[in-house]
Amino acid sequence: MHPIIEGIIQAINLILTGDPEVFSIAALSLYVSVLGTLLACTWSIPAALALALRKFQGKRILNGLFNAFIGIPTVALGLYLYLLLSRAGPLGYFQLLYTPNAIIIGQSALVTPIIVSFATGALESVDPDLRTLARTLGASDRQTYNVIIKEAFWGLVLAILAAFNRAFAELGVAMMLGGNIRGLTRVLTTAISLETARGDIALSIALSFILLGMVMSLSIAINLARKTSQ
Amino acid sequence: MNRSAITKLQASLLIIVVICGIAAGTYAYYSMIVPAAKTRLIVSTTTSLYETGFLDMLKTKFEAKYPNMNVSFISQGTGLAIQTAMRGDADMLLVHAPSQEYPFLKGGYGVNRKIVAYNFFIIVGPSEDPAGIKGKSPSDAFKAIRSAGLNGTAIWVSRGDNSGTYTKEVSLWKAIGLDVKQLRQEKWYLEAGSGMTATLKLADEKLGYTLSDTASYLLNFNNHNIVLVKLVEGAKSMLNVYSAIADDPRNANMTKTNFDGSMMLIKYLASDEGQQLFADYGVSQYGKPLFGPYLKLLQTKSDPLGNDPTQLIQWISDYAFFEGSECPQQFRYQAEGLYSTQTPVPVLLVSIVAGVEQRKAAACIQSLKA
Amino acid sequence: MSPHLETHDIRREYDSVLALDRVSIGAHLGQVTTIVGVNGSGKTTLLKILAGLDTPTAGDVLIEGHEANPTQLRTHSTMVFQRSVMFGTSVYNNVAYGLRIGGVSSREISQRVKSALTVVNLDGFERRHARKLSSGEQQRVAMARALSLKRDVLLIDEPTANLDPANAMIIERAIKDSAQSRAVLLSTHNLPQARRLSQHVIHLYKGRVVEEGEPSRFFTNPSDERTKLFIEGELQF
Repeated sequence: MHPIIEGIIQAINLILTGDPEVFSIAALSLYVSVLGTLLACTWSIPAALALALRKFQGKRILNGLFNAFIGIPTVALGLYLYLLLSRAGPLGYFQLLYTPNAIIIGQSALVTPIIVSFATGALESVDPDLRTLARTLGASDRQTYNVIIKEAFWGLVLAILAAFNRAFAELGVAMMLGGNIRGLTRVLTTAISLETARGDIALSIALSFILLGMVMSLSIAINLARKTSQ
Repeated sequence: MNRSAITKLQASLLIIVVICGIAAGTYAYYSMIVPAAKTRLIVSTTTSLYETGFLDMLKTKFEAKYPNMNVSFISQGTGLAIQTAMRGDADMLLVHAPSQEYPFLKGGYGVNRKIVAYNFFIIVGPSEDPAGIKGKSPSDAFKAIRSAGLNGTAIWVSRGDNSGTYTKEVSLWKAIGLDVKQLRQEKWYLEAGSGMTATLKLADEKLGYTLSDTASYLLNFNNHNIVLVKLVEGAKSMLNVYSAIADDPRNANMTKTNFDGSMMLIKYLASDEGQQLFADYGVSQYGKPLFGPYLKLLQTKSDPLGNDPTQLIQWISDYAFFEGSECPQQFRYQAEGLYSTQTPVPVLLVSIVAGVEQRKAAACIQSLKA
Repeated sequence: MSPHLETHDIRREYDSVLALDRVSIGAHLGQVTTIVGVNGSGKTTLLKILAGLDTPTAGDVLIEGHEANPTQLRTHSTMVFQRSVMFGTSVYNNVAYGLRIGGVSSREISQRVKSALTVVNLDGFERRHARKLSSGEQQRVAMARALSLKRDVLLIDEPTANLDPANAMIIERAIKDSAQSRAVLLSTHNLPQARRLSQHVIHLYKGRVVEEGEPSRFFTNPSDERTKLFIEGELQF
């Protein structure tokens, strides 16, 4: 039988039988990317609020900067963070390299521009009259922000989903900062690259099915979010 | 109503995703919280050891014996592995490029080098053998490949990284008076820039020749990844020697490294149990082990790979010893029990008579030999 | 009786345009004051300043004789806009919003919302989604929203400009109703409406008060030439 077909059949088998290796890799992928995205939210959403709702100098430059970094090559970011986190580097004290936490940090940096850009856009497109309305009904600044956030809710969801998608499917950061260590920092993307290099096609294909399946469901979810936000 | 229907569907998709994420996260975290309580040992190593699966097995056995240890192998080319260790990002090395290992020791980065295993490099290529190298000596084979390459009838695929294999390849070209920097410009010389399996597969695709360690070749051949055949093997110049080196904890970059853990693993590799791991690995699949156990070779004077043991021992010390030893005295640190306690007689004599440390005496004798 | 709400020499300038120039007016509780004028005369700007949604370049706004800053004005008054914006939720929540953030008890909220909706003929609309209503219904929701807050000052910008006669009538009735306990200021083009509803009319032309007075005199015998032209629809601007 053709080796690729054989590989696909084995892959389906691995998934259906719940092969522990496959699923622990998938679980770890979810873990680091979910946490990385959430971590990025803690500073990105407030940043987006500030960019969208406050007036200050250099707003446009900042916006442009975040936009520019949306597509940063993951290996470049991985490299710079590696130098930062290396024991010989400035943050070496924490010995984060080759741990899942390093990947979480790296991915949070990776997706920050996405969340900030998308969220700022969503917030800015909220009808300014809504803000005026809230104020004339007695809302404080904080309460006005709540109104705007609520109005931009699906847009924010979209930003977060898009960010998670990017984190989940990226390779460079996870590889450089995690080291693809079995059972510790081996995620779907790094595992696929390793197994392909090693020649274990069946495992690669199985992992790629899971990766694609996840990414595609996310795309569907993102599209629904986009439709709902309009 | 259409609009609420979309919202509900989307909301439920979201909830599913979030729940999946939390569930997976909890699972992954739980399975990770156990290793977190253990001591971590980071070993920088070569792709050829890694891709054969030997290290996975080593990790299992080592951690079974020392349950509070959690070993992580980072597989990179030897050159990269050494750099990672120099930064202190790895606690020790397990590599196979003596010419790169010596500067690592001399530079004050490494201590307690221990040779643990060996095998041979082989030249593999297409069964049609357009350059006609089968059975030739390595230097003749390389000459033949080059002339066939310049004729356009053969292709060579190089690792093209700083791996042990590449280091060996460079030395083989050098032995026939060729500089790789020059060869790289020529059309028949391809550089893969990848690990051993990827390089083999590239050579397979291109019907080219390449240098491989035996273990990686056998593994990929048996898995039907490649159809290349062995053409030149088993000469002194094709010797491949694996050593373990610990980071020097006195080095400024390496104060945070796990020196004790490194010593545990090195001693384990040198122990009977560890050596047996090498002796057994691959026997059932390939008929002989993928890696020859070095210390066993010294003890039993027999080689499971089928070479003349006395000659092999001599070859190894010629190729992989520095200053007459696998690890000169000045590069040893808190290494009780790792090296044989017998001091060579000349060293003993000189140190007593001159009233100097054995280390100084050894260095003195070495310089006299030179 | 001194005015409940008054301005002293309000000046509003932006982008080198002078929107309001030395505007001094007053409004009393229990009265409807109408501001008329051509487009761009500054009516909306003036209302916004009184609502605390805009800050004058110079001049003061006073409540009961005391100076008030925009933040105080914002809590003392509420404004209904020419085109109302709805929150993306039920009619009930729209009307209740201001009450909720004002810390009113939910029982009280329920009462007020119900009675406000009754005033604008929207009984039973509580659960309807506000953004799916017709624009007339939305305007009535906006009115109910403002009424439920029970603020002393109610400001309305062109209350019926985009409404059909049926809706317009409901709004006008609500305005008359609300004036009993409030100072109401509204702007309009609709001269018969101004005559119908108000006890005091102000003509704003190019940011200045050119005439004011009680309706019967204002409309039958205006003293200012521009007012005369405005009433006849001949005023150039």
